[in-house]
Amino acid sequence: MPAPQQRRIIFAHIDEPGYTNDLPCYLKHGGYEVLKKAVTRPPQELIDEVKKSGLRGRGGAGFPCGVKWGLVDRKSGKPIYLIVNADESEPGTFKDRYIMHQDPHQLIEGTMISCFANNVKQAYIYIRGEMPHGARILEQALAEARAAGFVGQNICGTNYSCDIFVHRGAGAYICGEETGLIESLEGKRANPRIKPPYFPAVLGLYQCPTIVNNVETLCHVKYIVEHGGDAFTKIGTPNNTGTRIFCVSGHVQRPGYYEFEAGKITMGELLNEVCGGPLPGRKFKAVIPGGSSAKIMRFGERYKGKRKVGADMVDYDWGVEDVPMDFDSLGMIGTMGGSGGVIVMDDTVNMVEALANINAFYSHESCGQCTPCREGSLWMKKITTRMVHGEARTEDAALLKSVADQIPGRTICAFGEACSWPTQSFIAKFGDEFKGYAEAKKTAQPAAHELV
Amino acid sequence: MIAPTKPDLVTVNIDGKEIAVPKGTNVIEAARLVGVDVPHYCYHPKLTVVGNCRMCLVEMGMPAVDPATKAPVMDPATGKQKINWIPRPQIGCGTTASPGLHIRTQTPQIKDCREGVMEFLLINHPLDCPICDQAGECKLQEQATGYGRGYSRFIEQKNVKPKRTQLGPRVTLDDERCILCSRCIRFSKEVAKDDVLGFIDRGSHSTLTCYPGKQLANNYSLNTVDICPVGALTSTDFRFKMRVWFLKQTNSIDTESSVGANTVVWSREGQIYRITPRQNDEVNDTWMADSGRELYKQVRAADRLTVIKVGNLDSTLDMAVKAAGEIFKASAGAIAVVGSGRNSVEEQFLTKKLAEALKASTQLVSRAGTGDKILVSADRNPNTRGALVTGLISALPTQQLTGLAAAIDAGQIKTVVSIGEDLTAAGLTAAQLAKISIVYLGTHVNATSTAAKVVLPTYTVFEKSGTFVNQQFRIQKFAKAVPAPAGATDDLVILAKLATATGATVPTADLAAVWKTIAAEIPALGTISFNNLPDTGLLLDQTPWATLPFVEGETLHFKPAASAETRS
Repeated sequence: MPAPQQRRIIFAHIDEPGYTNDLPCYLKHGGYEVLKKAVTRPPQELIDEVKKSGLRGRGGAGFPCGVKWGLVDRKSGKPIYLIVNADESEPGTFKDRYIMHQDPHQLIEGTMISCFANNVKQAYIYIRGEMPHGARILEQALAEARAAGFVGQNICGTNYSCDIFVHRGAGAYICGEETGLIESLEGKRANPRIKPPYFPAVLGLYQCPTIVNNVETLCHVKYIVEHGGDAFTKIGTPNNTGTRIFCVSGHVQRPGYYEFEAGKITMGELLNEVCGGPLPGRKFKAVIPGGSSAKIMRFGERYKGKRKVGADMVDYDWGVEDVPMDFDSLGMIGTMGGSGGVIVMDDTVNMVEALANINAFYSHESCGQCTPCREGSLWMKKITTRMVHGEARTEDAALLKSVADQIPGRTICAFGEACSWPTQSFIAKFGDEFKGYAEAKKTAQPAAHELV
Repeated sequence: MIAPTKPDLVTVNIDGKEIAVPKGTNVIEAARLVGVDVPHYCYHPKLTVVGNCRMCLVEMGMPAVDPATKAPVMDPATGKQKINWIPRPQIGCGTTASPGLHIRTQTPQIKDCREGVMEFLLINHPLDCPICDQAGECKLQEQATGYGRGYSRFIEQKNVKPKRTQLGPRVTLDDERCILCSRCIRFSKEVAKDDVLGFIDRGSHSTLTCYPGKQLANNYSLNTVDICPVGALTSTDFRFKMRVWFLKQTNSIDTESSVGANTVVWSREGQIYRITPRQNDEVNDTWMADSGRELYKQVRAADRLTVIKVGNLDSTLDMAVKAAGEIFKASAGAIAVVGSGRNSVEEQFLTKKLAEALKASTQLVSRAGTGDKILVSADRNPNTRGALVTGLISALPTQQLTGLAAAIDAGQIKTVVSIGEDLTAAGLTAAQLAKISIVYLGTHVNATSTAAKVVLPTYTVFEKSGTFVNQQFRIQKFAKAVPAPAGATDDLVILAKLATATGATVPTADLAAVWKTIAAEIPALGTISFNNLPDTGLLLDQTPWATLPFVEGETLHFKPAASAETRS
């Protein structure tokens, strides 16, 4: 069966010859028409469309966007803020940057529609510090949109006014965590806040109700408001509506970004047919399906269980290649769809060295606020670094697992999970490789590059 | 079963024990009430909750209700309402009491959580307890013993951080010992209002430091040392001086102002090593000023008076009292007593008795400064109100004894009994001092003691017991921490002897006897004795003095009466 065709909703114009990121080009392609219509509709109607659509957040957690909007405290009398989370930092993820670089007005239009729907008077785009070019493009696009009356005072000639500011981060992964992002936006260290009481929907930016949505999510909102929530549910699979953008990196013939209906393509189709399969003479060994914090999958293993299809429970028996690429299927087999960053590793990769690299990243990025993540992430890094560069012991595998097990679920934010899941899953799936690493090292080729 | 017993109380269940606590009480405090210890580092009852140490993780559950009908779901096995336990552990400090809240602290999951956090805290900790000042009062030590695994699996290099940073004039920081709980940061920001501390760098390399170009130099900096759960912040004064387990703790009162911060004096073999605050939620919470912690240095100061003198000759107590009696007789009717706002209530009472026996006028010298709005008030006498309550004075004292000076010039006063007051500081000239005979009771050398005919060395606050009445009219007691140096005599003994020498009948100079008389003669103190006074003091009825223009402005837990608000 050939792989399904890409369905480009969000990436409709990405890499399209002749398509530029300025306003005239966007208008020529029907830009801001959705916003013009949206501001004539009752805001609650827009919220209802988003709720109906079943849209799930594209930042990583997959939390339903309509539910998130429904949690916002609208009775407090305080202003409601909307923050666009453009801190795309999860290793292996590169979708939002293309939206911002090549189609920034799509994001601005989606943001303004969401602002109007939620009676937001001030929105911020929090863009990752390492994306100065994207920030410049957004500033330029915002200036154009402001001049044309799509952002700022009296939008599209109505009484509704809302401005958007771009705020650049200073280069920290944790700023993608919504409460850390809010702290950073307030000018402080991005230490995530404790929940309760600081749920953004109630006590967010400046202690006011705040909505934090991912770039891609807001672009979906524009599509939903244009075509209706019901139409959106027909894309993808039940509970996994719409399209997903997969950012495939690593050992495939054609890495890149691909937009498909959620759940309509399997991992095998994506890697073998869309991305051209493994490099010549190599075999796939493992894949991380949703950004580097997602749990790794090992080619050759089988996932069995029961799943819901319509109203029935049916048995499934999948290899890695058979897993449909959607939130629920990936969650069911013990990993996650996450941010859509698919990282592929073939049989040339040593798993200890790969984990050493991931651990180096997470120990560097832990904010250091709460104990398990702060100390655990660095300890795991020290162990894997020692294994790679010094003396590896057979008992290190068990120690790594034990350290990792002491972190998730016990921290303020989800970084605890993010930094421990790689170690937990690498050891679970490739434990033998860790136990035998001391022997493997003796015959290994010298590493081409120093690890981070 | 879970119905609130009072409108503002909610019943919670902690490890099977039910207790009614005010709504909003957090789990750590509620557990304390039922005798369950929830270990913690970053939580401090007087600071905001940040929940970063993760030591206080507990299991939390709420009574199950049917989502549709809201009817309680019963558990057939127990016959009670079913409890829905949250699988993820929750922080005790950030979880507040709500009706029916159930908490478990003794499950395998919580044991594992605590062992994990303890292990993580220790892997990069230097474990230099043998040379660490905090040893013996270190939460890390205590909780490693109580909740840790007891062995280490860490074979990597520990992180290296600055070892002896001078954060300010009084605080030294060892960053390697720091567990990044942020108590000191929150204290500086929230209580001392001097937001100079913060973390730099990230993750396990996070390092506590001062803002560039600033110092932790405020007058409350040593409180950060008190609340540091480990040996990271140490008092530069106390550092490496003494093991804390050798020190005796004596409850005392800070004498630097009328706030009357409650303190503990730490001493060994007659020597004081440090003073720390003692919790009193009505007065000073858990804080005190740095300036009050240095007062113990007066005990062994070089200018301490330790020799009884009559004229220029060394003398004995009885000889000196006799000499004073002769002076009193010779100048009968021309005697003034300058009492002290730094004396205890008991001493002020006996001073009044002495003045009555001498038919002398009494006055006090006020000592006014600027209040810092926290724990140092504008009135730097700790016991001005004691003098009012005992009737030693009836109006507020002044800084200058102009009336006394005039009386000396007019020849109406020939003898002055000064209780620790330097009369030159109160405006009297050397020439005026030369005209009179001075009987001086005091602890340290000054111009008045030098000019005195009779010098009677007395005790500092650390060498005696007694009571002070603070700005709130709260009577609080302090106890003797160390013996006085040879040559000094208890103020009460001297005052009693002087009064007896003039023929008056006064109670014997021990606290219990003095208090019997005080209780009999002073209605405001009628029900009190030294022994039944609680450690946190008793509020007295202040209405007789409500109209006096006291100098204090607002401080922690104190608002001046409206009439005095504009002063300070």
